[in-house]
Amino acid sequence: MAKFQGMKINPTRYHRSQLKFYAILLPMAVFVSLPIIFIVSHAFKPSNELFAYPPKFFVRMPTFKNFTDLFQLASESGIPFSKYLFNSVMVTGIGVFLSILITGLAAYSLSKLKFKGKKLLFEINTLALMFVPIAVMIPRYITIAQLGLIDNYLVLILPLIAMPVGLFLVKQFIDQTPNELIESAKIDGASEMEIFIKIIVPIILPALATVGILSFQLIWNDVIGSTLYVNDESMKTLAFYFSTLAARTGNTVAGQGVLAAASLISFVPNLLIFIFFQGKVMNTMASSGIK
Amino acid sequence: MIKKMNHPAWFFTPYVILFVTFIIIPVVMAIVLSFTYFNTIETPEYIGLRNYIELITRDEVFMQYVLPNTIKFAFIVGPVGYFMSFLLAWMLAQIPHKPRTVLAIIMYSPSMTAGIAMTVVWTVLFSGDQTGYLNALLLNWGLIREPIQFLTSPDYLMNIMIIVSLWGSMGVGFLAMMAGILNIDKSLYEAAYVDGLKNRWQEIFYITIPSMKPQMLFGAVMAVVGTFSVGAIGVQLSGANPTPQYAGQLMVNHIEDFGFIRYLMGYASAVSVVLLIMIYAISKVTWSLLGERD
Repeated sequence: MAKFQGMKINPTRYHRSQLKFYAILLPMAVFVSLPIIFIVSHAFKPSNELFAYPPKFFVRMPTFKNFTDLFQLASESGIPFSKYLFNSVMVTGIGVFLSILITGLAAYSLSKLKFKGKKLLFEINTLALMFVPIAVMIPRYITIAQLGLIDNYLVLILPLIAMPVGLFLVKQFIDQTPNELIESAKIDGASEMEIFIKIIVPIILPALATVGILSFQLIWNDVIGSTLYVNDESMKTLAFYFSTLAARTGNTVAGQGVLAAASLISFVPNLLIFIFFQGKVMNTMASSGIK
Repeated sequence: MIKKMNHPAWFFTPYVILFVTFIIIPVVMAIVLSFTYFNTIETPEYIGLRNYIELITRDEVFMQYVLPNTIKFAFIVGPVGYFMSFLLAWMLAQIPHKPRTVLAIIMYSPSMTAGIAMTVVWTVLFSGDQTGYLNALLLNWGLIREPIQFLTSPDYLMNIMIIVSLWGSMGVGFLAMMAGILNIDKSLYEAAYVDGLKNRWQEIFYITIPSMKPQMLFGAVMAVVGTFSVGAIGVQLSGANPTPQYAGQLMVNHIEDFGFIRYLMGYASAVSVVLLIMIYAISKVTWSLLGERD
């Protein structure tokens, strides 16, 4: 039976034959995580360690100085750190919610409802998987200016929440739910919207969580919105503030500690959310194929 | 009210409005503007194909640096990143659930770091004086005598951009491929071995890849798109647009250079259109290579 190698895919327990994979995967994981460990370590370094030569990778005497400096620096420029944080949290929170909502609704219509142009819409959306937003940042800017959305909080949200990848993933996921469920609810007199809310949403929660994670990463990390579409400094986000730090600290060695602290703050929420929902993401990805 | 919402329009309208406003209209507008001279102050003036002709015949920076750079960058980062994603996903599928989850999170985590947020790491690691970690290490080992200007030297910038991008290339496509591998029906393997499958390479080529073709395609598209959208990285690393001697200049930077620094929006749009066509063409070629739509 040893010949059935494929049986070893997704094994339930450790076996000696897996050693060769660990031998590659573990060093790879260490290599991949080095920059991230570095950020963590660097963010807590006191200034004498930042200046040390030869440079030391790990922190010896951890301190929060870089973080307090980071907050300090923001207040000096007139906008308190908490304001940037508030903007980011608010914009991301609303954006993620709206993204999940519109994507779920649209995916249901593409998967289970009948309307004219449905096939075309899905094909255009699949084509738009290849869309690279920065390629059209100029016409996007013009569109936004024409709509009068400059200096409006909405401009930090609306351009980002219609994600072709999200719609694609959720639609593929809904395709797998049996039609009988929907039919029997219809016989009981439920409307399409009731079916969506009461039957479909509970089933597709993993896919919606995935959309949430993707949009979270997109909005939380977005710098373009604050840079191009918003002039009012008090409306800009944390990601934008962090992107200006290099210039503010003059790219000095002391500034590196502050930059590392900023990177850590922007990275950790992404990581935590992904860790929390990773099971759901994997569940969604199983049905992610382009057919 | 919910009891009466039956019309499909209730469902697709919000998405479609945003999709059209922020994706379709800008793409169409880029195409239209690419045939005009537009300096953002005067109304766009129709000039036919002149932007494209100029791009191909007169724009030396584009032909000499930007296009070759973009092609080199994309043709290394795309396939290598894709191959690495598949291989890692496949190896992860060979180990039990718990260690796999931990390792997968680690592999995926770089793609969560926004390019900009990580700039500090690269600037410190590759810093051009002896406080740069790589320089300190090489000096220490006696491999070099003078610190190397990794980020401002045209000789190194491109290679560092490639390494940094590969580091972050295990993204959504990687997760999709891993899920794809894990979901393959085990009886397929059993049957294939009964039919005379000999080793694991055959297994990968005859069973694994064909059974997860949809995820392979999805991963390929994500790899292509990912490769072309990380264009900002050279500017972030070197801290200048244009990058030193255009060594790390990619098409995305060229667009930004002409659009937002020189305000030649029509010309920049022509570059955008060329970029979008390139992405589309490469995706199509990749799909047919993977034997899609049979």
